This record gives sequence, structure tokens and C-alpha cells, in this order.
Amino acid sequence: MNPPRDTAGPVTLLVATRKGAWLYHGDAARRTWQVDGPHFLGHVISHLVLDPRDGRTLLAAARTGHLGPTIFRSTDFGRNWTEVARPPAFAKAEGGAGRSVDHTFWLTPGHASEPGVWYAGTSPQGLFRSEDGGVSWAPCSAINDDPQYRKWMGTVQDGTPDGPKLHSIVIDPRDPAHMYMAMSGGGVHESFDAGRSFAPLIDGLKVVDGFDVNDATFHDPHCIRLCPGNPDRLYQQNHCGLFRLDRPATRWRHIGGGMPAEVGDIGFPMVVHPRDPDIAWVFPMDGTSVWPRTSPGGRPAVFITRDGGERWQRQDAGLPAEQAWWTVKRQAMTADSQPSVGLYLGTTSGELWASTDEGAHWCCIARHLPDIYAVEVAEPADR
Amino acid sequence: MKVLIPGALRSYTDSAQTEADGATLAEVVAALDLQYPGIAFRMVDEQGRIRRHIRFFVDGQPVHDLGRPADPQGELVIVQALSGG
Repeated sequence: MNPPRDTAGPVTLLVATRKGAWLYHGDAARRTWQVDGPHFLGHVISHLVLDPRDGRTLLAAARTGHLGPTIFRSTDFGRNWTEVARPPAFAKAEGGAGRSVDHTFWLTPGHASEPGVWYAGTSPQGLFRSEDGGVSWAPCSAINDDPQYRKWMGTVQDGTPDGPKLHSIVIDPRDPAHMYMAMSGGGVHESFDAGRSFAPLIDGLKVVDGFDVNDATFHDPHCIRLCPGNPDRLYQQNHCGLFRLDRPATRWRHIGGGMPAEVGDIGFPMVVHPRDPDIAWVFPMDGTSVWPRTSPGGRPAVFITRDGGERWQRQDAGLPAEQAWWTVKRQAMTADSQPSVGLYLGTTSGELWASTDEGAHWCCIARHLPDIYAVEVAEPADR
Repeated sequence: MKVLIPGALRSYTDSAQTEADGATLAEVVAALDLQYPGIAFRMVDEQGRIRRHIRFFVDGQPVHDLGRPADPQGELVIVQALSGG
């Protein structure tokens, strides 16, 4: 999430897909988009993120077919790329029993006061920190090697189909030492010392029936976002519904009860308004029976709350009215910070959709891309 | 020893064939990484294991143990399996 802004400026969409990355440069009105790509054609790109502190450094988390994972870095907004010197890798364990990073899944720039600091979440679950702009990465042993955290992570068998993940690394804009992260599976966790230690933050959340709600192992947060307009407020899309937490409280509150029963409150992405903490958006999916993970009924729709989750309204103008069976992954929906907030989502069928009026109307700005894994907004002040 | 590089890794070497030496295959891989920074981690993970779809053949025979001695006159062929769509 970029810092809130009061005036319109250029918006670029950073689109990471199963087979490469694309940049879509918008005009001032966000009506026409100039395509730049593919970058890294054939590479699996899990996340492509701008460093908002310099407005030009991009990091791309890549995996290539059956080659090991790496990270590519650009210091000129994607014109040139170099592979980083030391991508995230777990500490070597004696006896060959150690874990290996399958792919870096999530990238988060550090606090505004700490230029050069980045955090990365991996599959299987691992937390990594860079202090040199993403060139080299060190494992955070408080998570990666801690016996209790390893137990909560479970095994690869316990994870999501594409591997268990550490994601939703959130830095408190008021305090660089205060951060949150989430694991699928393994729950939500909080640190007050810049990642040197963590503690679970799962009170009030639900788990699948029959499992122990007090054991972080069984918690599956899908996406967590902090409200820039009120950093004490967090929204969460969880495997078991929608939740909100207002600090300093430590108990999450279920806020999905206002969703239509035929739609439910299961999904992956969670998007917050850049200024108004009462406004948030979700993209529900079919989480019934065998979890089809499609738009419910084949009718895609965004849902918005304007009152912190008490009520939700459907926003589908412009989206397909029927027989559209795609969905949106947890990193593939985001908002810009323009005066009239733009929303963007990328689909599992390779379509890129945009709204320039806070979700009221949608238009498709790209089709036929590979399966979209992540969409981020870049709003560089000067490029 | 002579090392044959698969297509997916030629962005590092710019050629299909190169030379690297060491007492063991692990040292040969490390020598490759000195010449072509980053190439080793794409083939061998942080625990020293050859990645799942990477195969090493030495003089025509599959090799799974990077601790095996390397023959300076031998030939290492690195193969990347492909599957899926």
C-alpha cells in the first residue's frame, strides 16, 4: 500500500503471473493503459512490488520451472533487472534435515524510516529480512528455527495446494519495530521488536469444525491488511470468514455475518481504503462442499463495506453477469490512493479488471494473460 | 571438468558448455557459482540437495551424491526436467 495522497498522479499496475510479469502504465484518468511486458517470460512470478521510499526500485519474486527460487531487482522501474546476490534461503541444518525455500511468496517494503529494509515471506513458511534493498536476505530465526513455530507451521502436507505460505507481512506505519505476519497454516502473529520475537494473535478467530481453536496450527488466515487511515484497525479474510481487529484489543471480531447467505464470507483477497478505515472490499469465492474456489454461482462480484463490516453491498456493474468461473487470489486485488480510489483485480483466467470509482463500475483492461498471482499498485511520485 | 549447461541456465553462462573444477562435485558446483553468480542456488538448495527436477550425469551415469569425487577429465551434464503446462 502506498502512502495516501490527495491529488491524482500516475498509476502503474504491477502484474505477477504464473508465466511472467507485466506493467500497465495508466494515463492520468486511468482509462487507457500502456502495456510493458512480458518481463521474465516463463518464470513463475509470485509478487512484484515497488519500493515506495524511492519510487523506482522493484523486486520480483521468481521461480523458474524446476529451477530454484530467486529474486530479481530493478532500480529503474523495470527497464533493467539483475538477480539479487543472496535470495531468501533457510539456514543449513546438520544431517540434511533442513528445509529449503520453494519460492518467495510475499514481499513487503520496510518502514519509511528504514530505507533498504524489506521483508519476505516464503513457501514453506519462512520470514526473511533484507537491509540492503533486497540484494541479500537473512533468515529470521525467531520464526524459521523456533520449535514452537515449526510445530505451528505443520508439514507441507498441511498447507495450501501450492505449498504452505508466510504472507501478509504488515509494518505499523507509526513504529518500524511493530509488525504482523500470517501463515497459511499457522495463524496470525505479532512482533514488537522488529521480528526478533513473535506471539500469536488468534483470539476470536474461527477454525474448521472439530479442531482446537486455541492451537495456531489450525488457523488459516488468507490475507490481512492494516488501514492507513487508522493503523490500529486490521481487516482479515480468513479461511473461516471475515474478521476485524481494533487495537489495542487482541480479540478478532467476526464481521462476515452481513454477507448474503448464498455468497458467504469466504475468499482470499482483502482490500482497505487508503484513507477511510470504515471502507473495505472483498472478493468472495465458493467455499462450499469441495471448495470449488470459483465465483459463487459463476457470477463474480466485489463486496464493499462502508461501516467497518456491519453491512456489505454487492458491486458487480461491468463484471460478467453469468458463467464466469474465475476467482481472485489473495495478492491479486488492490487499491490505489487517488482521490477517487481505484480498485484493481487480476483473475485466475488472466484478466485484469479496474474500477476508478471505488468499485461502483468495472472494466476489463487486459485479457489472455497467464493465471494472475498478484496485482500491486505503483504510484511513483516522479518517473 | 567439462560441464554441459541446460537451456534454462544459459542466461547465466551464455553458452552450452563450460569448465569448472573441484575435488568433489559440490566443489565443482561452487566453482561454477564463482564464475556465474547465482547459478548454484537454482540447481542445489540451501541444504546441499540437488533440486527435485534437476539431474546430474557424470560420464553418462546419474549422480545424486554431490560429495562424490570429481574427475578433471570427466564430463558433467546438468539436465533440467520439464513437465506440466
